[in-house]
Amino acid sequence: MADARIQVPAQIRRGDTFEVKILIRHGMETGYRLTDDGKQIPRNVIRLVTCRYNGTEVFRIEPSSGIAANPLFTFFVTARDSGELVFEWVDDAGERASERAAVTVAG
Amino acid sequence: MKNLPRSLPFSSRRRALLAGAAAAPLLPFHARAQDNPEVQAYKAFVGARAVRTERLVLDIPRIADNGNVVPVRIAMPGPFLPGAEVKSIHLFSEKNPVPQMAVFYFPLPLARVEVESRVRLAGTQRVAAVATMADGSLYSAMADIVVTVSACIDGT
Repeated sequence: MADARIQVPAQIRRGDTFEVKILIRHGMETGYRLTDDGKQIPRNVIRLVTCRYNGTEVFRIEPSSGIAANPLFTFFVTARDSGELVFEWVDDAGERASERAAVTVAG
Repeated sequence: MKNLPRSLPFSSRRRALLAGAAAAPLLPFHARAQDNPEVQAYKAFVGARAVRTERLVLDIPRIADNGNVVPVRIAMPGPFLPGAEVKSIHLFSEKNPVPQMAVFYFPLPLARVEVESRVRLAGTQRVAAVATMADGSLYSAMADIVVTVSACIDGT
């Protein structure tokens, strides 16, 4: 579980809603696949994703194996102050990761 | 990061049907020829509670070439009265081994409630989305989708 890429608009006005996209590189292993010699590859999917905007949680996702590999999430946030979005996620194996993106709000 | 193309293959007819909130509360999906499939996990979640079928939009392709990556968009148009904001949206699958595909939570009231993601679908089936509002009311939307190449989630 390594990279994630976050996309926020470069120009945001206070009070506007802006689109946020995050793409997390993660295999989202379903647990149903077998290795070549027939062993089950254990399930390991991201089970929780949180997004905080200047410390306040604005979005949370509980994915399952039904979310495609390299999960992509898009949602909308209402702009208040400049600052940052911090995403954190954890998978079934207990691996945690996070990524952050600056948010620049005018007005 | 590559932008998701805005021209996702959503049926414009379905979008028009779903957007017709002023219309009678018909279930805006294309019923399959044989039966009216039930999404068990959706029924279990709703239980005996009343569910409204207008307003919530579930946008998913009519036909998916690749069941491993199927784009889905769920939107709840506002405006939202205080006390009636969206708290969560559940997405259920009729046939996947794990029927609850995802839950989206909105800890803060948002002006625009719209989420997009990509799901895996184990074959042609129905998906159901349910929005839970702060006052406990429920809104749902369903869509039938034909999957030509299923996600390999049964190990075969």
